[in-house]
Amino acid sequence: MRHAKTTWTNIRRSPYQAFAAILIMMLTFLVISFFTFLIGGSSKIVNYFESKPQVTAFFKNEAKQSDINTLENDLQSTGKVASVKFVSKDEALKIYREQNKNDPLLLDLVTADILPASLEISSLKIEDLSSISDTLKKSPIIQEVVFQKDVVSTLTSWTSAIRKIGIALIVLLSLVSIFIMVTIIGIKISQKKEDIEIMRLIGATNWYIRWPFIFEGMFYGIIGAIFGWLISSLALWYATPFLASFLRGIPVLPVSPVVILELLAVELVLAAFLGAFSSFLAVLRYLK
Amino acid sequence: MIKLDNVSKKFGTGVFGLSDITLSVDNGEFVFLIGPTGSGKTTIFRLLIRETLPTEGTITVNDWDVVKLPKQKIPHLRKKVGVVFQDLKLLLDRTTFENISLPLEVSGVNSDEAKKRVEEVLTQVGLLSHKDKFPIQLSGGELQRAAIARALILSPEILLADEPTGNLDSATSWEIVKLLSDINEKGTTVIMATHNADIVKSLSKRVIELEKGHLVNDGIHKPHEAKNGHEEKETRKTHETSYEEREKKE
Repeated sequence: MRHAKTTWTNIRRSPYQAFAAILIMMLTFLVISFFTFLIGGSSKIVNYFESKPQVTAFFKNEAKQSDINTLENDLQSTGKVASVKFVSKDEALKIYREQNKNDPLLLDLVTADILPASLEISSLKIEDLSSISDTLKKSPIIQEVVFQKDVVSTLTSWTSAIRKIGIALIVLLSLVSIFIMVTIIGIKISQKKEDIEIMRLIGATNWYIRWPFIFEGMFYGIIGAIFGWLISSLALWYATPFLASFLRGIPVLPVSPVVILELLAVELVLAAFLGAFSSFLAVLRYLK
Repeated sequence: MIKLDNVSKKFGTGVFGLSDITLSVDNGEFVFLIGPTGSGKTTIFRLLIRETLPTEGTITVNDWDVVKLPKQKIPHLRKKVGVVFQDLKLLLDRTTFENISLPLEVSGVNSDEAKKRVEEVLTQVGLLSHKDKFPIQLSGGELQRAAIARALILSPEILLADEPTGNLDSATSWEIVKLLSDINEKGTTVIMATHNADIVKSLSKRVIELEKGHLVNDGIHKPHEAKNGHEEKETRKTHETSYEEREKKE
């Protein structure tokens, strides 16, 4: 309690330093939150594509139902196919309507005619996808084969790039915030050198002198983390409708509030640690 | 009980602050530590609270071997030895009350108890009405008394006062000395470093004199009885000559 009071006095008496410390912490945690959302979201998108039928074959408009049935049977007989699902023009329209129910303009423009019928095929083994896809491509009634494996591998490489950039940025910003915090706490220790000397001479233990500085670092970390989290969460909430329509059909959004609160909890622990660690470094460096 | 055995302190510059000092002060004694500036008075105080270490010799305070005292025990030592620093070392951004309660705070005494104790000590030094003033609002004598109050707050067994009358007029100086005597009468060992010849001469107390880091005299100063006792006179003479000469020089 007493340490907390001293800490608060120290913070209040140097508002600019406090502001700088909170700002850098906020930036760090803003980036941490942002990349957590990005990495989490992109992993979910990859999972979604991985669990979806892996080959989609779109039929030409002139394809007859009997040819389609023959092709379907041919595929089933290869024994490589886990499931085959036929999506008719009408069903495609239904799916399209469902995905765009909030956008009447898009609904008006599209009829069942312009949407192709398709086969959604998933294989038992991922290695068989190429041969299935080749079989489909040879068929004269097929317009286009969308090979989900390509989508998945593209997405995976994107996700891993995002993850690498994210981790690099987070490490860099954490280091920057540690150095800035060490400097700020160091300045504060230097400013209070005389007071600290007096406290020592009247019998204060080292930890009695250190605690307020450690608490101060934790305070900056925690406040910075709360703001960083708040800004990124608000931004996510604000962007959710737009992103949801962009990622239509992929069940990524909205992010559950439980997940967002879990992120806050993890960030608070991390922030307290980061703040305490920086202050501890400063204390070791400047309080000998 | 304070004991210095063959204590020397050599500074980084190669100059000896103290050379081969051996002395002891019993519990409950009142001792004047005199000598010109740079004679080593403050160095002795700094050694006694382990603010610095001697180059040679052993120092005992109560049962502590100060030189070998582990670092983490230093705060315990400093809580047992109250010091009135020459430059007072009061915190300028804290009120008198807060300054005086600082050692209690540091010792983890709860605030109710601390408040009671601070008011007791403030009454003892006559500063109760100034408790909410900041150091800058106090006069020289009041500041000195505030520093004494802070040194006393933990009821130390030993009180070291470094030039507590340094910047004060004679009336105020006497008040301070009276206060220190009262504290001594209650059982606290008091060592007072001073320049003030009048005070030293008027009180029949033990005087330890230092000169350039050497102990040049250690004896009881008895201004009224000295005329009769030959031995006393001898001791006093050497002591007074050197001391007064120094006073003149300054």
